[in-house]
Amino acid sequence: MLADDRSPGTGHPRHSAHEASVRAAVRAPLLEATALVRRFGGRAAVDEVRLTLRSGECLALFGPNGAGKTTLLRMLGGLLKPSSGTVSLDGHTLPGEGATRRLIGLISHHTMLYGALTARENIRFAAECQGVLDVEGETTRVLSHLRLPDRADTLVRALSRGLQQRVSIARALVHRPRLVLLDEPYTGLDEVGASALTQALRDALHDGAAVVLITHHLHEGLALATHTAIMLNGRFAHTEQAGANGIDVTAYQRQYRSLVSEGAE
Amino acid sequence: MALVSSTTRGPGANSSSASAPWLRVDDHGVDVLMIVAALACIGAVVRALFFTPADAMLGAVQKIFYIHVPAAVVGLYIACGLLAVSSIMYLWIKDDRIDRLAESSAEVGLVFMGVVLTTGPIWGRSSWGTWWAWEARLTSTLFLWLLVLAYLVLRGAVESQESRARLSAVMGSLAALLVPFIHLTVTLFRGMHPEPVVLAPEKPKLPIEMLTTFGFSTVAFLLLFVALLRMRYRWATMRDARAALESA
Amino acid sequence: MTRSHRAPRFLTDAWQVARKDLLIEFRTRSAFLAASVFAVLAVVIFRFTWDPTGIPAFELAPGVLWVIFTFAGLLGLNRSFALEQQDRAFDALLASQMSRESIFAGKVMANLVFVAAVQALALPAVVLFFDLSVGPDWWAVVVIILLASVGLSAVGTLFAAIASNTRLAELLLPMMTLPFFVPLVIPAAQASALIMRGQPIGDGLAWLKVLVAFDLVFVSACVVAFPFTIEE
Repeated sequence: MLADDRSPGTGHPRHSAHEASVRAAVRAPLLEATALVRRFGGRAAVDEVRLTLRSGECLALFGPNGAGKTTLLRMLGGLLKPSSGTVSLDGHTLPGEGATRRLIGLISHHTMLYGALTARENIRFAAECQGVLDVEGETTRVLSHLRLPDRADTLVRALSRGLQQRVSIARALVHRPRLVLLDEPYTGLDEVGASALTQALRDALHDGAAVVLITHHLHEGLALATHTAIMLNGRFAHTEQAGANGIDVTAYQRQYRSLVSEGAE
Repeated sequence: MALVSSTTRGPGANSSSASAPWLRVDDHGVDVLMIVAALACIGAVVRALFFTPADAMLGAVQKIFYIHVPAAVVGLYIACGLLAVSSIMYLWIKDDRIDRLAESSAEVGLVFMGVVLTTGPIWGRSSWGTWWAWEARLTSTLFLWLLVLAYLVLRGAVESQESRARLSAVMGSLAALLVPFIHLTVTLFRGMHPEPVVLAPEKPKLPIEMLTTFGFSTVAFLLLFVALLRMRYRWATMRDARAALESA
Repeated sequence: MTRSHRAPRFLTDAWQVARKDLLIEFRTRSAFLAASVFAVLAVVIFRFTWDPTGIPAFELAPGVLWVIFTFAGLLGLNRSFALEQQDRAFDALLASQMSRESIFAGKVMANLVFVAAVQALALPAVVLFFDLSVGPDWWAVVVIILLASVGLSAVGTLFAAIASNTRLAELLLPMMTLPFFVPLVIPAAQASALIMRGQPIGDGLAWLKVLVAFDLVFVSACVVAFPFTIEE
C-alpha cells in the first residue's frame, strides 16, 4: 500500500491525486447529484446530470462558455434550486439547513468581498457568518496559507485583482468547508497566487474535503483532478477518472478540442 | 465514482400550450365577448343619458355616477382583488398562468381606476367647485392607482421572466396587506378634517329606474373587464411563449 | 463533526450583518453625507419659503420633518443592497449558514441606525430653524419617530432587495415604497403635530395604534417575504 506520511500539521505535505482517491474510495459519497435538471424559460441549461464525489476527490469540470457549468455549480452550492433532480451533501438535500450550508465553500471569479473593508475584516466577517469559534486563529491561518499577512490590513479595493482573488480564496476556506466549489478561480491570479491556491486545495483534499473545480486552465485543473468531465450543452459529454500518474495534459487537450468542435456542429 | 448523463429528453410541456377553450384565440380573430361587452357599455351609457330621469337635486351631472361607481366596483374590488389573490397564490403555486392573470388584472384595473379618478373630479368640480377635495374614497383610489402603477413599472424593469413573476408577486402580496391600512389612514384623516358632503349613490331609496340603470351599467362594465382581461391574458401568453421559443 | 463551529443564531448573525453594513457606511460615508446635505437644504428651503404670519410653526414642522426623514431614508436604502452586488458578496452571505431572516433583520437594523442618525441631525435643525418650543411631551415625539422608523426600515429594506434586481433601482425604490409609507408618515406627522400644538397625547391615540399595527403586520410580513426576493 502507499506510504502514508500524515505528519502533524507543519509544512505542506504533497500528495498525488491518485493516492487521495484510493484513500477516498472507502468513504461514503459526500456529494451526490441525481438526474439534475435546470431550465431557464424553455431551455435546459443543465440536462440530466448525475455525479458522485467522495471526500478527498476532485472533479475538474471543463467546457465551452454557456455549457451550463456555472449553473451546475450553483446548484451544487445550494444557491439555485434544480428544476428537477436532487443534490445531497453529506446526506442532506440541498438547499438545506444552515448546518449543511456551512459545509460549502464557494469561490468564483467574482471576489464576493466588500471593497471598503480590509482583507482581514472581510475574512473575519466570513468566519463569523459561518459560526467559526476561533475567528482570530482561523483568520490568521488562512492569511498565512494564502501568503497575505503583510497586506491583511489594506482595504480590499486598494489591492490588485490577483491579491483580491487570494483574499477571496481565504474567505472561502476560513471555515474549513467540506465541499469546495470553484468557478474559474485562477482568473487573474499570478504565479504566486496560483500556486498558493493549488496548495490550499491540495491541503483541503488531504483533510477530507471534496472539490469541484471549473477552470479553463487545463494544467492546473488536471494537476489536482481525480476525476474530470467535459460539459457540453448541459450534459457531461466525456468523463474520465485519473490513473496512477494523473492525466496527460496534451492528450486531454486533444480530446477536449475534438469534442467541443463536434458539439459546435 | 460514476459520472453519467442520460440521453436527451424533449422540451417539457409549456404550461401555457394546453389552454382552456375560452382562452383560445379565435381563428377568425373575432372576439365575440368583446363585442358584446362593448355593446353593453354603449347601451348602458345611452340608457343612463336618455332613458333615466335626472336626479331632482343634483341635476344631469349626477349621471356621471353611472360610470364612476361601476368603474370603482370593477377597478378597485375586482381587479385589485384579483391582483392581490393571484400574487399570493403565485408565491404558493409557482404557475406562470397565475402570474399572467396578475399582470393582466393590474393593467386592466389601472384603466378602470383611471376612469374613477377622472370622473370623480368632474363630478367634484361641478358640485363642490374644486377638481380635487381629498375625499376619502377618491384619495384611497389615487394611492391604489399609484401602487398598481409602481407594480407595473417593477414588472417592466425586471429582465428574467421567472424573477419578474416572483418579485412582482411579493409586491402584490404586500400591497394586498397595505390596502386596509391606507383606507384606515385616509378615513381617520378625513375624520379629523370634515369633507364636503358627498352624495353616496347607494342611497337606500333610489327610484327603480336609477337602480336598474346602475345594475345594467355594472354588468356592462363587468363584461368589459372580463373581455379586456381575457384579451390581455392571451397577449401575455403569446408573448411568453414567443420569449420561451427565442431563448431555447 | 469537530466542535469548531457554533450553530447559526438569529440575533448574533443579524448583528454581524448590521455591524458590517454600518462599518462600510462609516468608512465611505457617502450615503450619510448625501442624506445630511439633503436634510439641511430641505430645512433651509422650507424655512425661507414659509410665511410665519400665515401658518404657525407647529403646523408646518411635522410635514417638513417627515419629508426629510422619508427621502433621506430612501437615499440610504439603495446602498443597502448595492454594496452587496458590487462583487457578488451577497452570494457568500446566502451560501453561509446564516438564515435568510437573520440577513434581512441585520440589514433592517443597519438601515434603522442610518435613518436614526439622519433624524438625530434633522430634528434639532427643524426645532432650531422653526423656533419650536420643546414642551414636556417631547419624548412622545421621539417615540412616534422611532415607531415610524421601524416600519420605514423594514418595508424600505424589503423593497431595496426587490429593486436591486432591476435596472432602474434608484427610480423604482421611491415609486414602490412611497405608497407603503403613507400609513406611516400621515399618522406620524399628525400625531407629532398634535403634540407640538400642545394637545394631550391621548388625542393622538388612534394614530399611534395605526403605527403600532403597521409595524407589527409589516415587520413580520417583510421577514416572511424576504426569502422570496432571492433567486433560487
